Amino acid sequence: MPKLIRNGEIVDDHWSVLKEATGPEVLTTVPGKNFIAPLKFWKFYGNELQDYYGEKALWLDSDEDVNDIGDLLNDMPIIALNFPVFSDGRAYSKARELREKFGYQGEIRAIGDVLRDQIYFMSRCGFDAFALRHDQDAEACLQAFNDFHTGYQASVVEPTPLFRRR
Amino acid sequence: MYVYDQYDHQMLADRVAQFRDQTNRFLDGKLSDSEFLPLRLQNGLYVQRLAPMLRIAVPYGMLSAKQLRKLGLIAREFDKGYGHFTTRQNIQFNWPALEDVPDILAHLAEVEMHAIQTSGNCIRNTTTDQFAGVAVDELEDARPYCEIIRQWSTFHPEFAFLPRKFKIAVCGTKIDQAATQVHDIGIYLTKNAAGEVGFRILAGGGLGRTPVIGVEIFDFVEKAHLLTALEAIMRVYNREGRRDNKYKARIKILVKETGVEAFREKVMHEWAQVKNGAQTLTDDEINRCKSFFTAPDYAALEDNPAALSDPLGSDALFASWVDQNVTPHKQPGYAIVTVCLKETGVAPGDVTDTQLDHIADLAEEFSYGEVRVTHHQNVVLADVRQDQLYTLWKKLNQQSLASDNLGLLTDMICCPGGDYCALANAKSIPIAESIQREFPDINELKQLGNIRINISGCMNACGHHHVGNIGILGVDKKGEEFYQVSLGGSSQHEASLGKIIGPSFSQEEIPAVVHKLIEVFKANRHGDEEFLSTYQRIGIEPFKEKVYAKAD
Ligand code: SF4
Repeated sequence: MPKLIRNGEIVDDHWSVLKEATGPEVLTTVPGKNFIAPLKFWKFYGNELQDYYGEKALWLDSDEDVNDIGDLLNDMPIIALNFPVFSDGRAYSKARELREKFGYQGEIRAIGDVLRDQIYFMSRCGFDAFALRHDQDAEACLQAFNDFHTGYQASVVEPTPLFRRR
Repeated sequence: MYVYDQYDHQMLADRVAQFRDQTNRFLDGKLSDSEFLPLRLQNGLYVQRLAPMLRIAVPYGMLSAKQLRKLGLIAREFDKGYGHFTTRQNIQFNWPALEDVPDILAHLAEVEMHAIQTSGNCIRNTTTDQFAGVAVDELEDARPYCEIIRQWSTFHPEFAFLPRKFKIAVCGTKIDQAATQVHDIGIYLTKNAAGEVGFRILAGGGLGRTPVIGVEIFDFVEKAHLLTALEAIMRVYNREGRRDNKYKARIKILVKETGVEAFREKVMHEWAQVKNGAQTLTDDEINRCKSFFTAPDYAALEDNPAALSDPLGSDALFASWVDQNVTPHKQPGYAIVTVCLKETGVAPGDVTDTQLDHIADLAEEFSYGEVRVTHHQNVVLADVRQDQLYTLWKKLNQQSLASDNLGLLTDMICCPGGDYCALANAKSIPIAESIQREFPDINELKQLGNIRINISGCMNACGHHHVGNIGILGVDKKGEEFYQVSLGGSSQHEASLGKIIGPSFSQEEIPAVVHKLIEVFKANRHGDEEFLSTYQRIGIEPFKEKVYAKAD
C-alpha cells in the first residue's frame, strides 16, 4: 500500500485518486473503496454518488480555482491539490485560501510531484497530508518539517508573524 | 544598518544546513538536475558557461566593512580574486566550485549575509536608492521598509514557486535612482492629503523582452497595510500569472492581459480578505526597523571648509573628481562619495579582493564603516566629512579607485554577457571597453555631461539597455554576435523606454556608431543640455540619418 505522510506521521494510504472525470462506472475499478475524484467528476456525477459505499473526496488541479468547489467543500473530508510538477506553485495559494478564507478544517493533501524539499513550504500553507512521489524516502521526508525553526511570516501553522513574537 | 537577532541568525544557520544537505544529496545522485535546479537557484547558484556562478544578496545595497572583508576573503579563497557588482545591488562570484558553496554560505552567515532568493522564480532582493537616508530630497528613508519586505519575502511559503522571478524596489527620494517604475512592484513613499506618509504602489513594470512601465495599483496605502497589500498582489499573480510560456510569465503580462482595471479589482478583492490580518504592521515593528537606520552622530560642521576649498583650488584632478563623484549631503559639512568602478579596461562592476579590503578600510576610516552598492554598479561612501575628502581621494587613487567619470558616458551599466553568462547572445564587456577607448579624454566626457549607456548581452536585460539614453543589446544574427542600438531610454522619475534606431551592428562598428550619435548630439545641443533632452527635442531621425548615412 502506498505511503502517505499525515500529520507528521507515515501512514498507509487507503485512498485512490481518480485521474479522469469519466463516468461513475470507474468506481467499480477503484482499489479499496475510498476515492478522490477530480472536480469535474463531482460536477457531472455528484448527484449519482449518494449511495456509494465508500468514502469520497475531491482533488483540484493547479489550473482550477478553489472558488469553484462551492458547497461541495462542506462534505469533503479531504481536498487534494495536485502538483503537476513541483515547480508549479499555484497550490500553495489554494491551500492558504482553503484554510484562511474558507476556514476549511478537513485534510488538505498534496498529490502529484510531491518532493522532500517542498514539504516545509507546503505545511506552512496548510497542507497536512503528503502523498509522496513514488521514489521519495518517506523517513527522510519527515525531516523536512524541521528544515527551519521558525518563519518570518504569518502562516497556517504559525499564525502570528515573527515581528509580533520578537 | 540592520543587526540580526537570534531569530535571523537561526534562520540563516537552518538555511546553510538545508543547502548542505541538498548539495550532498545532489552529489550522491539522489536529487536530479531538474530537482536541484530551483533549490540551488534560490541559493543564488547558477551553472554558467565556465563554472558555477554564485550571486550573493546585498539587501538594498548596504554593506559593512566586516562584510566587505568577508567578500574579499571569498574572492581570494574560493574565486580567482575578484567579484562583480550587479545591476541589482548584489555581488556575484564567477568561479566557485559547487562543493564549496555550502562553506561559502557558512562564511557569509557569520557576517549576516546569504544568497537567499537571489535567483529563481521567487521574490528577489528588494532594492532602493543608494542615497537613502542621506539624500537631500528625501521624504523618508526607504531602508526600514526594505528590511520589512526582506523579512516578509524571505522563505515566504506561498510564493517560493512563482511563475517567474519577482523584483521589488522602494523609493523615498524625489529623484528616483532605483529604477522603481520598471520593477514588478515599485513602491514610492508618498504623502496623502492629510500629510501622513504611506505608499503609492505600482505593479507590472519590467524590462526584459517586453519592457513596460508599471501601473498604479494603490494610490495610497497606510504604512500598517504595506505587507497585506503586497500579499494581495502576489497572490493574484501566483494564482493567475501565466505558466505556459516563460516569456509571458512576468506580472507585466498578467496586468496587460487582464487589463489594469480588472487586475486592480482582483487585488482589492484579495486585499479585503487579508487586510487587518496578522500581517498588519505594528508601530513597534516599524519603529524597531527604523531604529537600525538612524543617522550616525554627525559632528557639527560647516559646509566648504578650508580643508576642502584649498585643494580644490590647487589640485585640478581632485577638483575634477569632486565635481563628478561627490553629491551634496543633507548634513552640513558632510558629502556623499561615489566610487566609480568603471575604469577603462576593467569590466564594469568588477572589484578585486584587495580593492574590497581597501574599500572596507576606507569605509571605516571615512564613513562610519558602511558602504552602499548602486544599481549602476558603483560603490557609495555615504557619510564623508568634507574636510576629509582630499585625504580620501588620495587613498582611492592608490587603489585605482578614483575614476572621475561617474554618470558620464564611460560610466556604463554592463551585464556579464557572453564572457560569463550561459544565456548571452553576445559579449558585452568588450563592447563597454571599446566604447571607453573611443572616448579617452575626461574633459571631453565632462563637456558631454551625463549620458547613460546601458549594455545587455541578451533580451533578459540585466544591463537595463531599455532605460539607457543609449541602449545596446546583444543579438544573435545567424550565429554571429550583433548589437541593436536604441535611444532615449531613462530610468529616472519620468521613466521612458528606448526606441530601436535601426538594423544592428557588428562589434567592430559599435564605437564608431556611438561616436556618430555623440556628434549629432553635439551639433544639435542647446547650451549644456543633457543628451536625453536633446534627443527628446529633435527625435530619432537625425541620429538615424547620421548613423546609416552611406559613406561618400
Ligand atoms: S542580459 Fe543576458 S547575457 Fe547579460 S547577464 Fe543577463 S542573461 Fe546574461
